[in-house]
Amino acid sequence: MKAFELSRADDPGQAIAAGAKATTAQQGAEIRFIAGGTNLVDFMKLNVETPQKLVDITHLPFDKIEALPDGGLSIGAMVRNSDLAYHPIVRKNYAVLSEALLSGASAQLRNMATTAGNLLQRTRCMYFRDTAMPCNKRGPGSGCAAITGVNRSLAILGTSEHCIATNPSDMNVALAALEATIHIRGPKGERSVPIGDFHLLPGNTPNRETVLEPGDLITQVSLPPPSPGNRSLYLKLRDRASFEFALASAAVVITGDGGKITRARVALGGVGTKPWRSPEAEAELTGQWATQAVFQKAAEAALRDAKPQSQNGFKVELAKRCLMHALKLVTQTA
Amino acid sequence: MAAQRQPNETPQSGSQFGKSTRRRFLSRLGMASLLASAGPVLGERSRAESAATPETKETMPAVEGAIPVTLRVNGKKYDLQIDPRTTLLDCLREHLHLTGSKKGCDHGQCGACTVHVNGRRMNSCLCLAAMYQGDEITTIEGVGQPGNLHPIQEAFVAHDAYQCGYCTCGQIMSAVALLTEPCGPEDAEVKELMSGNICRCGAYQNIIAAIQSVRQNTMPEKAG
Repeated sequence: MKAFELSRADDPGQAIAAGAKATTAQQGAEIRFIAGGTNLVDFMKLNVETPQKLVDITHLPFDKIEALPDGGLSIGAMVRNSDLAYHPIVRKNYAVLSEALLSGASAQLRNMATTAGNLLQRTRCMYFRDTAMPCNKRGPGSGCAAITGVNRSLAILGTSEHCIATNPSDMNVALAALEATIHIRGPKGERSVPIGDFHLLPGNTPNRETVLEPGDLITQVSLPPPSPGNRSLYLKLRDRASFEFALASAAVVITGDGGKITRARVALGGVGTKPWRSPEAEAELTGQWATQAVFQKAAEAALRDAKPQSQNGFKVELAKRCLMHALKLVTQTA
Repeated sequence: MAAQRQPNETPQSGSQFGKSTRRRFLSRLGMASLLASAGPVLGERSRAESAATPETKETMPAVEGAIPVTLRVNGKKYDLQIDPRTTLLDCLREHLHLTGSKKGCDHGQCGACTVHVNGRRMNSCLCLAAMYQGDEITTIEGVGQPGNLHPIQEAFVAHDAYQCGYCTCGQIMSAVALLTEPCGPEDAEVKELMSGNICRCGAYQNIIAAIQSVRQNTMPEKAG
């Protein structure tokens, strides 16, 4: 691990001022905020991340989960994954989020990892983690070793010729289906970004993963009020039953009326370069009866643009079946 | 590989190390640059330690860039000077000589380093020690001692829930924390919540049996 200077921010302004001196935003930057450390310290040990300065933001007052007046929910950036997963409002109104969180990592890591940190979680692509290998995300312009290499676990949606790395987060997939909003405070003031716009496609700048600018600090994530009568579910398929990243996952939030789907929100994990909301699948489901044929059409629509690599062609069918099974489970009791 | 290159770099700091003992040299080496990836060198160092005379009671030598850190571990306060890179795990083992917490993967994947921070279990290998000032840290040494074992420790003995024992301290720290976490009565739910602790000997059946025996004794209403 490279040497760094560690400081502690006692208020948000201190953190923002410190971060604003960086030349790039959080991921890969020379000045980084640290909270849970589950992702960053791991990457620092691998010399994938080599920040010169770390700003400890764990003492900032963003550790609350609060019901909003409109019936929605505010989740502080510093709320730990386990606290969020087990929160009674989350379990009652946003089951998909609780299930996604509990399907990720281990109990120890969930006790450490924060909401904002999970939003910024970086890919598990083995070439990104190995500094001896080319990687356009880690070293822009160095090439992508995964496209011609071991790419079984990598993305089939949203890829580019420069990067096929998967976004590894489960939480992000649930937040995409729940249409969460990310609240950011930065050198230029405050702004809110819908989660669909927060993560960037790799394109020809896979090193840039989110819209964050230097000094930007995520303060909270807000969820809209739950759609009345909705049912939600997270289904994760992986190589082993626990403590493993998704090969394919589906977050579904469905509102029904007597067997007919009146509103559908669908996002996929493990297959996209970002948390993959599928408006195509949603359009196939909305206004339709909850039948296997309809689920099939939704699954086909969600994966229509899939571009499999040499080793991950199986993910196209796996993701379809994952979504279909999630839809079946969530509508069975609706 | 980095560890193997280190000895070649020592001449440039020869004067600094000129009067050092082998042990001090290796201590500095371990502290200064090898916290993350020092398997072979730390192995050498522990051999050097065992060869050192018992009266050699030096503490860690000053390290460039070290910062003052105060930690509370098992109810005791420690004032330390540590490199900011020092993980909580390395701090516990190398500075406080609390070697119950083990280094397995050093990347949060195996659970051998599990400790409690304010009662919550965490992977101490991914914690920077300097960020945990003011927190109450509990290690296996603070959970129970011979003659006064925690019920989980007694159950591990009774159920033969280990073979080589390397993962055991981490397993026990996770199991003790699990007793206060939301966890259903079934074995499957215990297995899921214990998935962050790997046992290469494969003592899983007995680990689950040990944990369930304590849960069934202390939480009979959930046992069915």
